[in-house]
Amino acid sequence: MKKVSYYLKKYWYCYLLAGAALVIYEALDMVSPQVTKMIIDDVIMGGQLDKLSFALLLLLVIGVGRVFLGYIREFTFDKTSFRIASDIRKHLFAHIQSLSVNFFDKTNTGEIMARLKDDVDHVQAAFGFIGMLIIQVVVHTSLILYCMFNISWKLSMFPIVAMPLCAILAIIMERKLDKVYEEISEENASMNTVAEENLAGVRTVKAFAREKFEIGKFLKHNRHYYDLNMKQSKLWIKYNPIFQLIGRLLTVLSLLFGGILVINGELTLGELGAFTEYTMNAIWPMEMLGWLSNELASAFASKKKIDKIYSEKPMICDKGLSAAAESDMKTESGNETESNMKTETGNETEPNIKTEIGNETESDMKTKARNDRIAGAVSFEHVSLSIDDKEILKDISFDLPAGKTLGIMGATGSGKTSIVNMLLRFYDATEGSVKLDGKDVRELPVALVRKSTAAVMQDVFLFSDTISENIRLGGKKTGAESTKIKKKEFKPGKLSKEEKKMLKTYNPDDETERLLVRNGAKSSDEDREMIQSALEAACAADFIGKLEEKTETVIGERGVGLSGGQKQRISMARAFAKKAPILVLDDSTSALDMETEKAVQKNLNEMGDLTKIIIAHRISSVQRADEIIVLDEGRVLERGTHEELMALKGYYYRTYELQMGA
Amino acid sequence: MARNATKQDENTREVKKTVTLIRLFGYLLTYKLKILAVLLIMVITTAITIYNPLLIERAINVHIKAGDTKSLISLCVLGVILNIIMVMLIKLRMYIMATISNEVLVTIRQELYEHIQKLGFKFFDNRPTGKILARIMGDVNSLKDVLTNSVTTLIPDAITIITVVIVMMLKDWRLGLAALWSLPVMILGIMWDQSRAHAGWQLFRKKNSNLNAFIHEDVAGIRVIQSFGAEEETQETFDELVEEHNGSFIKACMYSDLFGPIIDICWAAGLIAMYYVGIRIVGAESVAVGTLVAFGTYIGMFWQPVMNLSNYYNQMVTNVAGAERIFEIMDAEPEIVDKDGAEDLMSIRGEVEFDNVSFDYDDADDKTDGRDDAGELDSQTKANEASSDNSARKNTVALNRGVQSVYGNGRTMCKVLNNVSFKVAAGETIALVGPTGAGKTTVVNLIARFYDICAGRLLIDGKDIRDITVDSLRSKMGIMTQDNFLFTGTVRDNIRYGRLDATDEEIEAAAKAVSAHEFITKLENGYDTEIKERGAGLSAGQRQLIAFARTMVSNPSILILDEATSSIDTHTEQLVQQGIESLLKGRTSFVIAHRLSTIRNADRIFVVDKGGIVESGSPAELMAKKGEYYKLYMAQKREEEF
Repeated sequence: MKKVSYYLKKYWYCYLLAGAALVIYEALDMVSPQVTKMIIDDVIMGGQLDKLSFALLLLLVIGVGRVFLGYIREFTFDKTSFRIASDIRKHLFAHIQSLSVNFFDKTNTGEIMARLKDDVDHVQAAFGFIGMLIIQVVVHTSLILYCMFNISWKLSMFPIVAMPLCAILAIIMERKLDKVYEEISEENASMNTVAEENLAGVRTVKAFAREKFEIGKFLKHNRHYYDLNMKQSKLWIKYNPIFQLIGRLLTVLSLLFGGILVINGELTLGELGAFTEYTMNAIWPMEMLGWLSNELASAFASKKKIDKIYSEKPMICDKGLSAAAESDMKTESGNETESNMKTETGNETEPNIKTEIGNETESDMKTKARNDRIAGAVSFEHVSLSIDDKEILKDISFDLPAGKTLGIMGATGSGKTSIVNMLLRFYDATEGSVKLDGKDVRELPVALVRKSTAAVMQDVFLFSDTISENIRLGGKKTGAESTKIKKKEFKPGKLSKEEKKMLKTYNPDDETERLLVRNGAKSSDEDREMIQSALEAACAADFIGKLEEKTETVIGERGVGLSGGQKQRISMARAFAKKAPILVLDDSTSALDMETEKAVQKNLNEMGDLTKIIIAHRISSVQRADEIIVLDEGRVLERGTHEELMALKGYYYRTYELQMGA
Repeated sequence: MARNATKQDENTREVKKTVTLIRLFGYLLTYKLKILAVLLIMVITTAITIYNPLLIERAINVHIKAGDTKSLISLCVLGVILNIIMVMLIKLRMYIMATISNEVLVTIRQELYEHIQKLGFKFFDNRPTGKILARIMGDVNSLKDVLTNSVTTLIPDAITIITVVIVMMLKDWRLGLAALWSLPVMILGIMWDQSRAHAGWQLFRKKNSNLNAFIHEDVAGIRVIQSFGAEEETQETFDELVEEHNGSFIKACMYSDLFGPIIDICWAAGLIAMYYVGIRIVGAESVAVGTLVAFGTYIGMFWQPVMNLSNYYNQMVTNVAGAERIFEIMDAEPEIVDKDGAEDLMSIRGEVEFDNVSFDYDDADDKTDGRDDAGELDSQTKANEASSDNSARKNTVALNRGVQSVYGNGRTMCKVLNNVSFKVAAGETIALVGPTGAGKTTVVNLIARFYDICAGRLLIDGKDIRDITVDSLRSKMGIMTQDNFLFTGTVRDNIRYGRLDATDEEIEAAAKAVSAHEFITKLENGYDTEIKERGAGLSAGQRQLIAFARTMVSNPSILILDEATSSIDTHTEQLVQQGIESLLKGRTSFVIAHRLSTIRNADRIFVVDKGGIVESGSPAELMAKKGEYYKLYMAQKREEEF
C-alpha cells in the first residue's frame, strides 16, 4: 500500500476543509457553556435582561453553525476516506491480478477477499470517522481543559488527573481486547471454511449421509465462537464501566469542591454551572478512548496485511519489468528515498514508482504484445520444473513445428498439466527453456505468450454470466466492440420495477450505464457469428440451442446447472473463439460421450493450421498426432508416432490393448 | 465480463417486517427472567441518571447558595454511592445481555445450519454457495446489535423519554413545553431523511455484495483470466464496480450524515426556547437558577435517547432484512424427508428395483425448461421397439408399459425418466451407458434418493425407498459423484470421511485397493499431508483416487460409480479395477462410464437414452443383438483403430 502520507497529500484540501470545520465546531461547543454562564450570572443573577436576546442569539448562531460545520465535517471525512479506500482497492486488485499462479496456490480465496474488502474497510475507517474522532477527541479535550482552566485551575486538577488515568486504562483494555479480536477473527475464518466446504461439497456430504457429522463439526466451531465472544464481552464489561464511573465521580467531585469554592467566594454560581457542564462534556472522549485505540490498532493491522500482499512480487513478468521490480524493492528498504520519489511523481495520477527504464520497457512490451504474432512453433529444450523443491518435470524436450499436433499421455500426476502451465507461463522452467517460434518465452512479453495459446483446462472454470459472455472472454476484441454497441441499444422496458425506482431516486449515471450494458444485450452480427461458430466447433450449439435463452442463458456459480460434459464443451468453445495459433486441450473431453467426442475430434482435425497439444487418456484422442510423448513421473518414457509407439510394445501399446479390450 | 449473475440481486420473498421481528424476538422469550432482570436494573439506573441533575440542582439551589458545606458533602457522598451502585448494576446488565445475545446468535446459527443440512439438491442447485454462506455468517452476526439494543435501547430509552417529559412537565410545564416545541419538527425531518438514507444504504449493500461476488469469482478463476490475458478487462469491470460502490456510499452518506445535525438543531432550538420562556415570560425571579440548569440537563437527557431510538430504528430496518433472509431459508421445505415410522435399515442385501419410475427435476415447481419435448414420443416408440424383442433378458426389464399408463395415471409426463422399470439382483454389477444428458446420473441419483421420484415405485430389498430413513439408506451406499469434493484436512481425514471409525490400517487398505497408496506415500507427509482448498496441488486424477478410497472405506452394500475414473489414466484405472474387484464381490454396483473398456466386466449393461432404458443385457448378448450398444461399441472401436 502507498504511504498514508501519500493519500493525505493527495486529498489535503479535503482534510483541510474537514479539519477546519471540526475545530470551529469544537470551539462553538466550548462557547456554549460560556453562554449558559452569561445567562445565569449576568441575566438572572445580575438582572441584565437586555443581555438575554444577545445570549439567545448567540446560542442560535452556535446551533446553526454546529449543524453546518458538523455536516461538512462528517460528509467530507466519509467521502474522502471512501474515495481513498476505492483507490486502494483498485490499486490492490491490479496488483493481485498481476501476481503469479503460485501466489493463488498458496493463498485461500477467502484470505484474498478479506484483504480487498475487510482490511481496506478498516483502513478506510482510520482515514474516515476513526481519524475524525481521534482528532475531535484531542481538540475537544484540549479546548475543554483550556476553558476549565480559565474558570478555575484548582477544579481543573480533577480532570487533569483523571484523563491520563483513562488513557492508560484504555490502552490496557485495547491490548487485551486486541488479542481476543484476533482469536475471534481466526475462529470466524475457520467456521467460515467449515460452512463453505459443507456447502460446496454438499453432494459429497449427502452421498455419505454425513449431515450429523457436519452439524457436530459446525457446532464445535459455533460454541467456540460463542466462548470467544463472551470472552470479549467480559473484557469489555470489566473495563468499560470504569470510564463511566470516572466520568460520573468527576461530576460529583467538581460539584462538591466547586460548591465549597463558591461558598468561600472563589467562584461564582454561574462559573460552577459552566464547569459542571464542561465536566459532563469531558466524559465522552474518555469513554471513547478504548474503542478508538482499538479501531486504530485494527486499521494498522490491516494495513500490515495489505502491505504483505504488496510485498508479493509476480514471479512471472516481462523481462525488463522484473529488473524494475527488483530495484523497486531496493528503494523500499530506504524509506527516505521512497517517500521523496512519491512526492515528486505527481498528485493527480497514480505515481509510478517504477524506474524510467521499467516504464519504457513496459510500454515497449505492451506494443510488442499487441503487434507481434506468433506462428505457433513450440519447443521444449531440456526443460525441468521444480515447485517447492519437488521435481515435477525432468529434462523434457520436444520440437513441435507450427501447424503440427503433439499428443501427451501418462499416468495420473506424471506432470502433463505442468507442461501446459509452462506454456502459459504460469510457471517458468527451473532449467532449460520453453520456446515459441524459436524465442525463449522469458524473452517475450507475457501478454504475447498468453495471447498465442488457447488452453482448455482440466478443471473447467466458467464465470457466472451468460454463455456468450463466457465465450467472448476468448474473442476479447470483438467483445469490447460489441459492448459499445450494446450500450446504444438500451431498452428501458426491460428494467425491473425496483431498478426503475432506484433509477428515479438516485439516477447516478454509472448505474444507467450498467443497466444499458446488462439489458440491451444485443450483439453485432459478427459477434454472434463468432460465438456461434465456436460453439458449433465444440459441439455445444445443439444443447445450447435448446436452452430457453440460448447463448444469453446465465450459468450459475462455477457453472453449476450444466453437466460436466456441457461445461467442458463451453470451455472448449471459449478456447476456439480465442483464435490463437496454439491450442492446448488438457483432458478436455473426458466427460463427453463417445459420439460427441468423435464429432469434436473431427472438428479439431479440420483446424489444420493450428498447432495443437492434446493431453488425453484415450488413445483415440492422440493417435493422429504427429508426435506422441508418454510421461512418467515427470520424464519422457516413450515418444514417437502412433505406429512407432505401437511397435515399441511399451506403455502406449499396453494402454491401447487395455482400451481396445483385446 | 462475468458480472451479470454476480450483479443480480437476490429476490427475497415479501414478508411483513413486523412478522419477522416478532419471530426474531421470539428467540428472546427463552430468556424471559433474565430480560426481566435487565429491565429492572435499567429502571434503577435510569432513575439514578434522572436523579443526578436533581442532585446538582439541589446542591446549587439549596446548599451552595446557603453555604451549607456539611449538607453539600453528605449530598455528594450520596451521589458517589449512588453512582457506584449504578455502575455495578450496569456491569451486571451488560453481562446478562451479552450472554443472552450471544446465545441467541449461536442458537439461530445452529438452527439455520441444521436446517440447511436437511435441504435437498434443488435448493443448492439454485443458489451460489457464497450467498448461502452470507446467511450463516454475516446475516446472523448482524442480528447481534438488534437483539441487544431491542432490550437495552428500545424499552429503556422509551421509558427515559417518557419519564423526562413527565418530570419536566411536573417541575414547570411552561419550561417543559418550550423545551419540547421542536420535537415535531425533528420527527418530520428525521422521517424525510431516514427513508432516503435507508434506500441509499440498501443500494450500497447491493453494490457491496456485487463487488464481493466479483472478487470471489475473479480469484477463483484467475488461471482462466490470466491465460486469456483478460486482466485489463477484469480490472475495468472491477474499477467500474468500485466506482459504483463508492458512488452509492457517498449518496447514502449524504443523507445519513444529515441525521445528527437535524437532531442537533432541534436540540438547540429547544434550549433557546427554554431560556427565553424561562426568563422573559415566566420571569427570572420565579424560576430558580438551579431549575434552569437542571432543565438544560433534562433537555440533553431527552434528546440523547431520541437520537438512540432513531439510530435503533435505522439499524433495525437494515438488519431485519438479514433476519428475513435467514427465516426464508429456515422455511424452505426439505424435499426429502423421512416418513413417519420410516425404517432404519441395519443392513441391506442390495436388490434394487425400479417399478414404473418417472422423474423430472422440475416436476415439483412445474416449470418448463429447455429440455427436449419433441424427443418424448421418439423415445416411446424406440422403447417399444426395443421391448418387443427382449426375450434374451434374464430379469424383467419392462420398459415403457405403453403410452396409456403414462396418460392413465393423470400425471404430467416426466421428462427426464419415463416409466422406467428394471430389477437388479443383489451382487450384480450394472453398467449404464448412453449419450451425455440421457439420464444415467439421474438413475443413480434416484437410487441414492437425492431426489424423490414423481411416479412409480423404487424398491431396495423389496422395500419402498420412501419407507427407509435417508440416513440409513445412504450410509449403506458408496456413491462417487462426478465432482469429488475434498475437504481441507489431511489425506487420512479425507479418506476416513467414508467411515468415521475406520482404523488407519483400513484406510491404507482402501487406498491400496484403489492404487492411491503409492502416490499418497510420495506426498510430503504421506497420509498426513494437508490438503489445500478444494484439493489444489493434487492433480485431477489424484483427487479422484482419494475420493475413490474414501468411497471404498465406507464398505458399501451398494456401490455407485458415476464417471469415477474419468480423469485417471488407463493403466491406473486397470489397477483400480483389479483392486476393487475383490471388494466388489457380493455388492451391487452401478457404474457409469463413457469408456466402454471400463465396463466390459459388468454383468449387465443398460443403454440409457431419451428418458428410458432402450436396451439391456450382458455385454455378449448386446453385442450379439447388434443394437444400440453394438453401434456404440463399434463406433468406439473404429475410432480407436483409426
